[in-house]
Amino acid sequence: MEPMAGGWMSAAHSMGTTILAVEYDEGVILGADSRTTTGVYVANRASDKITQLTDNVYICRSGSAADTQVVSDYVRYFLNQHTIQLGKEATVKTAANLVKELAYQNKSFLQAGMIVAGWDKYDGGSVYGIPLGGTLLRLPFSSGGSGSSYLYGFLDQAWRPNMSKDEAERFVVKSIALAIARDGASGGVVRTVTVNAHGVERNFFAGDKLPLFHEEISPGRNPLLA
Amino acid sequence: MGSVVRCDRYPYVTGSSVLGIKYKDGILLASDTAGCYGSTVRYKSVERLKRIGDNTILGASGEISDFQAITNLLDELITEDWMWDDGNKLGPFEIHNYLNRVMYNRRNKFDPLWNSLVLGGIKKGKKYLGMVSMIGVHFQDNHVATGFGNHLARPIFRDEWKEDMTLEEGVKLLEKCLLVLFYRDRSAINKFQMANVTEGGITITEPFALKVNWELEAFRNPTKGAEGSW
Repeated sequence: MEPMAGGWMSAAHSMGTTILAVEYDEGVILGADSRTTTGVYVANRASDKITQLTDNVYICRSGSAADTQVVSDYVRYFLNQHTIQLGKEATVKTAANLVKELAYQNKSFLQAGMIVAGWDKYDGGSVYGIPLGGTLLRLPFSSGGSGSSYLYGFLDQAWRPNMSKDEAERFVVKSIALAIARDGASGGVVRTVTVNAHGVERNFFAGDKLPLFHEEISPGRNPLLA
Repeated sequence: MGSVVRCDRYPYVTGSSVLGIKYKDGILLASDTAGCYGSTVRYKSVERLKRIGDNTILGASGEISDFQAITNLLDELITEDWMWDDGNKLGPFEIHNYLNRVMYNRRNKFDPLWNSLVLGGIKKGKKYLGMVSMIGVHFQDNHVATGFGNHLARPIFRDEWKEDMTLEEGVKLLEKCLLVLFYRDRSAINKFQMANVTEGGITITEPFALKVNWELEAFRNPTKGAEGSW
């Protein structure tokens, strides 16, 4: 791919991306990288791909940046009205079904792979995967985006049910970092959002806070000047 | 905005073969629980067999989101039927006809539901087993299969299926075919479900796995005497 060819100056914003959401003993943790690309250019190196739908439900977005932004905006709007009418907080299942409905009914137009996750008092922590096509699947954990290809083996081997908050967060950060290490379309920082009965907590892992893997080295003084 | 002709549909998350046979007491359906995303086995616990009302079971291969939409439609149909409260309940033949209409009409709009459906049921002693495809081709038979199952399982059915098999015989026959599909279909995994419908009701099993056999002598050193071959 020729970096100097004009294609990247006009290409659509795509979030190559690695996204992940896992259930842990008290709720859910959502994780994502922060790279948005237009072709080969990194348009935004600090994007936030974990978007709020309600106080207790969040969505991870991958695929077309525009498509997922519009879908999230619509669903946030619907849930806002729904919460007012209902008189109590919306459930994760409702939020996920709304996202699914938009994704399925507009499947010919959209390029959006999303994960809806959150906490409500009926089902506790729930994770719903909504891949291309608009299939809805409730799962103990779900990954998405181009970087997720590099994680199937790791997740199969390392995931366990009922992890503690710290274990689960380390698991999510390690996974996203592994994907960033190999996927050119994923990069930047690792953002996490933890949702449980007590509320929501956002976290940010960058630079030396991220684990290093095979053939990666930590920053240091130039060898010539040592 | 008028109705747009959509000709750019492709499946994303897909299920592989579904098998169905008639036996003495009713119908047996079988499928694996894989949801594939192209060549990746992305989801390994997808339920592709569903109960419809009290006397019908439905299995689907193809796009999972479309199968979920069909299941929703049928749930609404069954609920409305129940609300009539007229002593009558939709049976498998009626559901077959309904599904055929749905699939064929979508095909005519160039916007198909990308599934091959296997429907089985028994009502008032009359057994039914049939198939509806994404283009509206539909038929009934003593044994049916979708996708790869047509090539691998149907020949075995033609050889070994017989009228009035017991439950054990039916299950053994299906398991034999499921194993062949696991060996030879790249979209298949060793995790299956079976559904059984009789006058007594519907059972859909929890997922189970089959014993596989790799202990053929020739597998140990397949290129012996012909290095470089496979």
